[in-house]
Amino acid sequence: MEKRQYKLVTCTINGVERSAMVDVRASLADMLRNEYELTSVKKGCDVGECGACTVIIDGECYNSCIYLAIWAEGKNIRTAEGLVGPNGELSDIQQAFVDEAAIQCGFCSPGFIMTATEILEKDKIYTDEELRKLLSGHLCRCTGYENILTAVRKTMYKRQGLEAPDELPESAWALKGTDKPSAGRFENMDLTEG
Amino acid sequence: MLVGKSFPRVDAPDKASGRIKYTEDLCSRKALVAKICHSTIAHGYVTAIDTSEAEKIPGVIKIVTCFDVPQIEYPTAGHPYSTDPSHQDIADRLMLNRHVRFYGDDIAAVIAEDEIIAGKAVRALKVTYDELPFVLDPEEAMKEGVPEIHEGAKNNVVKHTEIHKGNFEEAIKEEGLIRVEGIYNSPMVQHCHIEKPICYAYMEKKRIVVVSATQIPHIVRRVCGMALGIPWGNVEVIKPYIGGGFGNRQDALDEPLCAFLTMQVGGRLVKLERTREEMFVNTRVRHAMRHYITSWLRPDGTLVARKMCCFSNQGAYGSHGHSIAAKGTGALAQMYPVENLWAEATTVYTNSPTAGAMRGYGMPQAVWAFECHTEDICRKLGLDPVDYRKTHSTPVGFFDPFSKNEMYYDTYRQALEEGAKAIDYDRKVREYQNQTGPIRRGIGCAIFWYNTAVWPISLEISSCRMVMNQDGSVQVQVGETEIGQGADTAYTQMAGETLGIPFDMVHVVSCQDTDVTPFGTGAYASRQTYTVGFAIRSCAEAFKQHILEIAFKYTGMQPYMMDIRDAKIVRVSDGRVLMTLAQLATETLYSMEKAEHLTIEKSAAVHSNAYSFGCAFAEVEVDIPMCKIRLLNLVNVHDCGNLINPALARAQVHGGMSMGIGYALSEKMLFDEKTGRPLNNNLLDYKLSTFMDHPHLDVRFIQNPEPTSAYGTKSLGEPPVLPVSPAIRNAVLQATGTALDDIPMDPHQLFRRFREDNLI
Repeated sequence: MEKRQYKLVTCTINGVERSAMVDVRASLADMLRNEYELTSVKKGCDVGECGACTVIIDGECYNSCIYLAIWAEGKNIRTAEGLVGPNGELSDIQQAFVDEAAIQCGFCSPGFIMTATEILEKDKIYTDEELRKLLSGHLCRCTGYENILTAVRKTMYKRQGLEAPDELPESAWALKGTDKPSAGRFENMDLTEG
Repeated sequence: MLVGKSFPRVDAPDKASGRIKYTEDLCSRKALVAKICHSTIAHGYVTAIDTSEAEKIPGVIKIVTCFDVPQIEYPTAGHPYSTDPSHQDIADRLMLNRHVRFYGDDIAAVIAEDEIIAGKAVRALKVTYDELPFVLDPEEAMKEGVPEIHEGAKNNVVKHTEIHKGNFEEAIKEEGLIRVEGIYNSPMVQHCHIEKPICYAYMEKKRIVVVSATQIPHIVRRVCGMALGIPWGNVEVIKPYIGGGFGNRQDALDEPLCAFLTMQVGGRLVKLERTREEMFVNTRVRHAMRHYITSWLRPDGTLVARKMCCFSNQGAYGSHGHSIAAKGTGALAQMYPVENLWAEATTVYTNSPTAGAMRGYGMPQAVWAFECHTEDICRKLGLDPVDYRKTHSTPVGFFDPFSKNEMYYDTYRQALEEGAKAIDYDRKVREYQNQTGPIRRGIGCAIFWYNTAVWPISLEISSCRMVMNQDGSVQVQVGETEIGQGADTAYTQMAGETLGIPFDMVHVVSCQDTDVTPFGTGAYASRQTYTVGFAIRSCAEAFKQHILEIAFKYTGMQPYMMDIRDAKIVRVSDGRVLMTLAQLATETLYSMEKAEHLTIEKSAAVHSNAYSFGCAFAEVEVDIPMCKIRLLNLVNVHDCGNLINPALARAQVHGGMSMGIGYALSEKMLFDEKTGRPLNNNLLDYKLSTFMDHPHLDVRFIQNPEPTSAYGTKSLGEPPVLPVSPAIRNAVLQATGTALDDIPMDPHQLFRRFREDNLI
């Protein structure tokens, strides 16, 4: 049997610089779960299909099951545990998932919350159609996605100091007077087609 | 009042923060890992497994093959045990099987130091087979000359049942009857809960502890005992939080094998987690069915006689077996009463993955068939589909002699009116008549029936324990599991309601441990709020009485003069607070003279059943040249009795509607006809409905309190799936004139059918 290779990986995890020797074949999901017990990072498929293992790396969401741990060297990584305040207080989007009954079995929830966090940090107002597309990398078998959409929409409006309308207009950008969303990886995304 | 309020789920904050531990999160990182070797033929016998190369791999601890496991055939269905041998589940499998019955069957297990080593060793196993012809279709499997998949199962029939009512043969001779016929197919689909199947096991004091993501810990304990041939009490099953179940985990899955594996390595900790690809074929699937229905009607739509024949694909092993087809068949007369009925159902073994319980338990298939057929009747007779259903569906007062159930309310008409109003049916149905052009819209509906719990077919029992703490708060334990549906929150509300203590002072113990948790059969059959409701109510009422008797010692008031309100002992006559529960509990637990443990246990055997009803309305836009259906609107209307928690009830319906959308439009397990090999057993090729495939999900409730229920509730968990696929199909029929017979209604089928109907 070939000898195992290990490598020291140093990265910032939820605001703290951490180092661990990891098997060079390990995924980031495995490193976060096994070395740091960040078990909000859920493994539902191991091949990037379900989205349950989503974490934010340098501001962008990735399926950590298909991201090698060694690629995390020098990166800034955030998980759902890192959204919680020092006294255990939930972030606004986590609280919205609770308040809107957007959580059932809870297995997909942390991953959804990380993508929602990335969306919210764009500081934009998206239409429902756009939110659906932006969140569509995640599978959920319990909720029918309905309350997840509500939780994200309400938090998005709240962050802009606005009240979320019950029914969204076709194009909601007008509300904020901004252009079509155009930041980061969303830039090249065709948000117009259903 | 706690019941009827939308409290946030008790477990939601910890789930949002990622703090809650599921089975894999709890398992030690040092656990030995088991991986399974699968057959590469669909039917035959393993003649030998050469383990020599695999054993040379450093880190391999133990290899167990189908030649090594106990030769005890055991049942896996998550049914309550029956002490009557004729009602017991089929015992037709070993933990690893030499007689391979489907492509991918479990034939050997490797225990190794880690997952990678175990995987390598599995690949190094050399397996030889004697191959037999295989069969994937139930009706093919029944033909003469097809090899028996299980010895003694003649024509591969698991079971055949018939229902005869009235005088069918005479009735159809009536002059002037119109005959409507149809054949309706429903596919094999999978539960696809997002947490993969997992359990781990170890030994402690010569007993086996199995920690498993299961819906049914007490049943799994029994099945492990049966499979291993050891006393059932020598197995302890612990159920942590689980990432969904939907019926897949209403079966003993890998628990018996994992228990056996730990015994093979001296009781060391062994983890057995399945991959997503394995989950599709090595756990359970929904039964694929074919329904043949013929109805004889008078021109006004009066149903005179009906004949139905159902074939259900059991797959390789017995699991829940014929109960699923039998349930759907029995339901035929619940939705549209008919005096002359001939219904038969046959469940057949095939060389495909094992079918078991899945949300709806045979009813999504049956309602698909019934409600397509109802629509076909309306078309043939030129009747409005909503009016027809209002006229001919089960009337108020209808009595079911089998379950002793009664139609207490005029629910079908209430539901149809509510749904039609919500989707603006009357306007749209006119607007969408006589369309031409490539893109057309349509609107359709379907009704459904569903029972609650399993009485009188099977045992119904739940037990509850309550323990009071020093501060007057109460722990509640029941055997029926939280599987994501929100049971713990509903239990909290029901217990608090009857005890008279606030929501925050009720602590439902979420984890079940068969050594500690009172006996209960688990989460299935949409039975939790109904069946557990009886256990909680009887336990809480008795506990309250006990507390008031203790309060007499402190207050001098007779128990019947007092009540518990908001965690305080109150004199009923004037509402005066006599003492708090905290004072009573602290005093009682620490009293030098009269200290006592404040607890009570009650079990409730349930001898009633409750029927849930409702309907769905769907509006679609069909792109005929593209063979695509776009779902524009979907409304589900449910009479599930009183709502314990409206927000969570609504969320449950959303999930069921979503599962119904996937069932209707995209989900189907595919197999290679030449080899029986699964073709799409992953979440990329198996098309689960996504965020993009849903319109807004409109949920309506009709709260007719269920008279037989402790809290006025009845089933809600499963029913939302049922009416969705026929409602969509009937909308497509209105839009295009094409009556689709199969689900999923994907472009493949639409292309074929639109071609046949000369639309393209």
